[in-house]
Amino acid sequence: MKRWLLWVPLLVFAGVVLLVAMEMHRPADRTVFSRMVGKDLPAFDLKPMLADRPGIEPALYHQGKPRLVNIFASWCVPCAAEAPELAELAKRGVAIDAVAVRDTPEDVGAFLKRWGDPYARIGSDPMGRVQLALGSSGVPETFVIDGKGKIVKQHVGPIREDDIPGILAALEDAR
Amino acid sequence: MKRLALPLTLLAALPATAQTGDSDRYAYSQLRDPAQEAKARDLMEELRCLVCQGQSIADSDADMAADMRALVRERIAAGEKPDDIRRWLIERYGDYVTYDPPLGWATAPLWLAPFLLLGAGIWLATRSIRRRRR
Repeated sequence: MKRWLLWVPLLVFAGVVLLVAMEMHRPADRTVFSRMVGKDLPAFDLKPMLADRPGIEPALYHQGKPRLVNIFASWCVPCAAEAPELAELAKRGVAIDAVAVRDTPEDVGAFLKRWGDPYARIGSDPMGRVQLALGSSGVPETFVIDGKGKIVKQHVGPIREDDIPGILAALEDAR
Repeated sequence: MKRLALPLTLLAALPATAQTGDSDRYAYSQLRDPAQEAKARDLMEELRCLVCQGQSIADSDADMAADMRALVRERIAAGEKPDDIRRWLIERYGDYVTYDPPLGWATAPLWLAPFLLLGAGIWLATRSIRRRRR
């Protein structure tokens, strides 16, 4: 047997140690992104959550203008954190539709009174069905839908101030 | 008749309670048909809870896992095949959503490595045994 072959196991072992040591310094990204980006928004009808405005219907996303679909819940703390950013987007004329997951009209009403109300429409998703259909894995999440009903961008987690330009650019591209 | 009034009212009330939150019920209770429930159970055990990522939706108490269990049971009850439900979820969340990932470029080493290692082991063993015999 060739002498150098004796070193192969040691080298393989050293390689494994090196790989593990390197990966330890890079925390794994556990964000689950939706595979629906680039595909058509699944058609869904959601009943209105509040009496003062309509729910969500598929026709909304085929009117030639991009819209945001914001998955949120009154019981979700980061959703309150993104309220000023959503308000800013609404002020710039962006139409934002809310999918309220596992929520009640009373709680949503109180949430909007406290944190501001940027929503054009609010649909109730009591069983998280629309959330699952969109490939969303938590609240809050925001989807940019172009005027033909295609999902062009997903934002996972609360929108922060420095996320606004990216979202506005995606809306502009979707025009 | 008066004595019957209470049981009769209760009887009339039963279907009403069963109807409220019919799908919500599926998150925490089993399907009537044991064969269907077994199928649903098997599928739920190999689907990942997306909020608490180390657990299956069968083990997890998160609200979102409950929603996913309800979805699985409802679709099984409607006669859908477990594989189709899994495919529907993979379409939305990627292979990560299942603990039984399909064979693909990324997962090929996982599936093939045991056979390669076994082959290498057999090769080494036969060689050294042969040499010792000589």
